[in-house]
Amino acid sequence: MPKWFAPVALACGAMFAASPFLIANAPYESTMGLVQKIFYYHMPSAWMFLLAAIVCGIASGRFLGSGDPRHDRTAQAAAELTVLFGLLTLVTGPLWARRAWGTWWVWDPRVTSSLVGWMISCAYLILRKYGGPGSERLAAGVAIFGMANVPFIYISVNYWRTIHPSTSVVPTLPVSMGVPLWFCVTAFLMLFILLMAMRVRLEESRGQLDALHLALEE
Amino acid sequence: MSTQSFWATVRQIVRKDLTVEVRSREVAYTTLFFAVSCLLVFAFALVREGRAPEGAGEGILWATLTFAGTLALGRTFERERQAETLRALLLAPVPRTAIYVGKLVGIVGLLVAVQVVLVPLVTLFFGAPLLRHPLWLAGILVTGTLGFAAVGTLFAAMLVRARSRDVLLPVLLYPVIVPVLIAGVRGTSALVEPTFDVAIARFWLTLLLAFDTVFVTLALWTFEPLMTD
Amino acid sequence: MLHLRFAFATLLLTGPVALAAAQPAQPTQQDEFVPISQLPPQEQLPAAPLLVGAYVFVVVTLFVYVLSVARRVTTVQREVDSLAAEIKGRKKG
Repeated sequence: MPKWFAPVALACGAMFAASPFLIANAPYESTMGLVQKIFYYHMPSAWMFLLAAIVCGIASGRFLGSGDPRHDRTAQAAAELTVLFGLLTLVTGPLWARRAWGTWWVWDPRVTSSLVGWMISCAYLILRKYGGPGSERLAAGVAIFGMANVPFIYISVNYWRTIHPSTSVVPTLPVSMGVPLWFCVTAFLMLFILLMAMRVRLEESRGQLDALHLALEE
Repeated sequence: MSTQSFWATVRQIVRKDLTVEVRSREVAYTTLFFAVSCLLVFAFALVREGRAPEGAGEGILWATLTFAGTLALGRTFERERQAETLRALLLAPVPRTAIYVGKLVGIVGLLVAVQVVLVPLVTLFFGAPLLRHPLWLAGILVTGTLGFAAVGTLFAAMLVRARSRDVLLPVLLYPVIVPVLIAGVRGTSALVEPTFDVAIARFWLTLLLAFDTVFVTLALWTFEPLMTD
Repeated sequence: MLHLRFAFATLLLTGPVALAAAQPAQPTQQDEFVPISQLPPQEQLPAAPLLVGAYVFVVVTLFVYVLSVARRVTTVQREVDSLAAEIKGRKKG
């Protein structure tokens, strides 16, 4: 593991440990009360979900273009993180929604687009696991199609209902809420980088293992 | 490669598939019958007290097309795989992308033929006046089918040699064609409304056209790298 | 050449979509959003379990994932080391 891994891991762990205190001290939101505090984990999860999806798409494009296995490893790692952070987002969202909106699930644009994007990344992982040899390139193709699809999914779902708060809520946040939010975002971002590093390392080791198996057979 | 040999190749592939199909009519008949059976399943699932729920017709039409289309896609390439003709096609000195376009034209043709039978049946069974604005309907159906087939043909070709390809095709395809489904159903609904709102229909049709352009282009770009194995 | 043509066509046709999106057709907004204070008291769930549940879920999931990756890394690393040792042994022998 690279040299920066341990100190960053420690810092990240400390930030996660500290976050509940910062969140508890943040002011209550007027209409939703206590349950709104889910926001401090829900929002960073959503952003990491999006970041991971973008990383996967770009890495897949580069892999198809160049054939360099490093890009494939990055894409695979990013796809797993997309599924992970997507899951966190899609579970914390309804938990918040049940209290705030009175319903577990809504088919509004942001939620639905996230669900569809999440399913595409699950499909990527299923393909890689069960598709047999050669599925790395196919999965890369799927990732690219998924990424190209994002604007279409969003526009098409947009003309349904809209309950989700608009994106502009973040810039208008009061400082007392902004601080815990950005603190959590930083913690989540560090976690994202750590997980990517670990996961890519795993793929590299697997690649090494395959090479060694081949060398042994000679 | 000159455009001449590109379109000549496309024509050849379409003609080849058409000839094989006309002789056996296997894919056409079985796809059609499957589509009608699907309608039956939906009928028993949704019809209450002799009437289908309001607005169910459009949804059922597009859902059935999705399922029937998935089967047709799988089987068109299955034939190539079994006869090992896909390898021969890829080795032939023809532009690879022409193979994709040839297959695409074939699938779209098949699905449009299925729609010609399905639309009157849906109108009959589910009381949805789909044929009120036939030109608009045709536009939405053709662009939607093209979008579905553009992605589906690429994925089906990609999966020809993969394991678990039968279930992987829908697993990969359905999330990606969500915009086509939404636009298709919403566009068709706009046509059956008592007061026809042209702006809404035009919006969905434009979205479908944009989707088709982007994804056919993307498929043409990625067909080469994905099929070189 | 073909690439350029298709790319050009893409740009041409996405223009109208951008325009169409800029002037949206009547968005059919259905009101499922009932402000929480207007719901009857039975419908209102206590907030604390949901809040705690959400945080616990996040922490537990992340923990499980980190453990799973760490375990896989050590397993593969062990295999790599043993194989490397075996190859070295064979070379000497």
